[in-house]
Amino acid sequence: MAGVGTAIGRILAPIVVGALLLGVWLLLVDVVEVSPTLIPSPWTIGSEFVANLGIIAEDAVTTGTNALLGLLIGSVVAILLAALAARLAPVDGMLAPIVAALMVVPIVALTPIFNTMFGASAQTGRILIAAIAAFVPVFINMLRGLRQAQPVQRDLFAAYAARGGQTFTRLTLPAALPHLLTGVRIAGSLAVIAAVVAEYFGGPADGVGTAIATYAKSGRIPLAWAYVGAAIAIGIVLFLVSILLERIVRRYRTET
Amino acid sequence: MSQFATKDVQAPTPAVRVVGVEKTFGRRGKAVKALLDVDLTIAAGEFISLIGPSGCGKSTLMRLIADLDAPTSGTIEVFGKSARQARLDQDYGIAFQQAGLLPWRTVLKNIALPLELHGVPYAERAARAEELALLVGLGEFRDHRPDQLSGGMQQRVAIARALAERPRLLLMDEPFGALDEMTRERMQNELARIAHQSGAAVVFVTHSIPEAVFLADRVVVMSPRPGRITETLDVPLGEERPEGLRESPEFFERVTAVREALHGAPVRRAGEA
Repeated sequence: MAGVGTAIGRILAPIVVGALLLGVWLLLVDVVEVSPTLIPSPWTIGSEFVANLGIIAEDAVTTGTNALLGLLIGSVVAILLAALAARLAPVDGMLAPIVAALMVVPIVALTPIFNTMFGASAQTGRILIAAIAAFVPVFINMLRGLRQAQPVQRDLFAAYAARGGQTFTRLTLPAALPHLLTGVRIAGSLAVIAAVVAEYFGGPADGVGTAIATYAKSGRIPLAWAYVGAAIAIGIVLFLVSILLERIVRRYRTET
Repeated sequence: MSQFATKDVQAPTPAVRVVGVEKTFGRRGKAVKALLDVDLTIAAGEFISLIGPSGCGKSTLMRLIADLDAPTSGTIEVFGKSARQARLDQDYGIAFQQAGLLPWRTVLKNIALPLELHGVPYAERAARAEELALLVGLGEFRDHRPDQLSGGMQQRVAIARALAERPRLLLMDEPFGALDEMTRERMQNELARIAHQSGAAVVFVTHSIPEAVFLADRVVVMSPRPGRITETLDVPLGEERPEGLRESPEFFERVTAVREALHGAPVRRAGEA
């Protein structure tokens, strides 16, 4: 019975929290009567969202695609370089300072430069920013993952005269996968943040970030909030994608 | 052929022949002599215990036989072949102090791993893994994962895995070292039975004197700095090693003999002035 109780609790608890927050919000707006420029009413934001649904969806797809492509490119490059670094100690030594630099560089600092490099009408700069943001956690976690196989397990595979490919697919890779997935999950949210923030600093006139910056500046606060909702939706979609990926990988892992 | 039968009828060639083996770790200047001038011949079907204090090179010697390390000089033959060829031909099964199971695999799939790596068809290796799980008393746990098993059960999976290919030689590096005393004795009883039934030669590394005596036909005593064989003692306690043997005077006599060999002099017993 405890299982049923916790299942209901898991669904109910966030709903209760959400309802409470909405209640406080309405209290502030309708009873305390805080200025609508400071805190717009949820109904205004909602109606702005519905009224502009088409254009918001379009912008969300643009930003979401940038984030997803960045995540993909950053992850693939990170996985390949991590594999190389795990295999060859000198490569690891050469990459370490670059990764450290990428880790501390404020990615927004690069945006204006990339916009000039790739032209203000191309999404390339934004995708690249998202890719850089995604690269670091995937690289670090994948490299750690590739070193998870214990010496005794390596000895066993050597004793069985396993070929290099067999050792990789049956030992090194399955041992690394949980770490890789952790990296990808972190990278997913970073890629969304990077893709949105990159739009604050110029480039093409589409995207959720551009819209938020524009409408916030021009005083259309409820619409800006509606776009923030869209940015959250992108984040959730990417999070769900990473969870789906995890399910698939877990199934693969138990079959190796 | 019974389920314990090995690949071949016992061959006249010895299972292991170690001649003039030396192993040095590190480079000149900081070199450490792990093994010096080791000669050892193990007959087919013979159970050998390697015993000695830490750093005497007993694990190193086993790793050389397994071709996980190469000797600095000297030769090692396994069933008349080079150690390397024997490893490539899968002539031995191996188990370490750590079970080294793959945590994402079930008990059965862990046992079947060596068979899978060597291309044994699915049905055949599934049947063999099933048989071995029963042999080590883990039939009920066949679909469990390693983290659901106790240390003793994990070690039994490792031993079943070592037996998977019916090797004529078993190499075991303190496989019961991390187990509690009761589990340990039960595992020793099982190993004695399995080794007797399979007719495989066994190289068993341990630092427990009773364990070495209970299991082995011959106890090889080693000493450190540099690692070398100081004495070899026969243990003529019969082919089978029943539980009751542990209480017998002959057993204690051999334990005392090994202890004295390890200490290099007769040990003064309590109460003897």
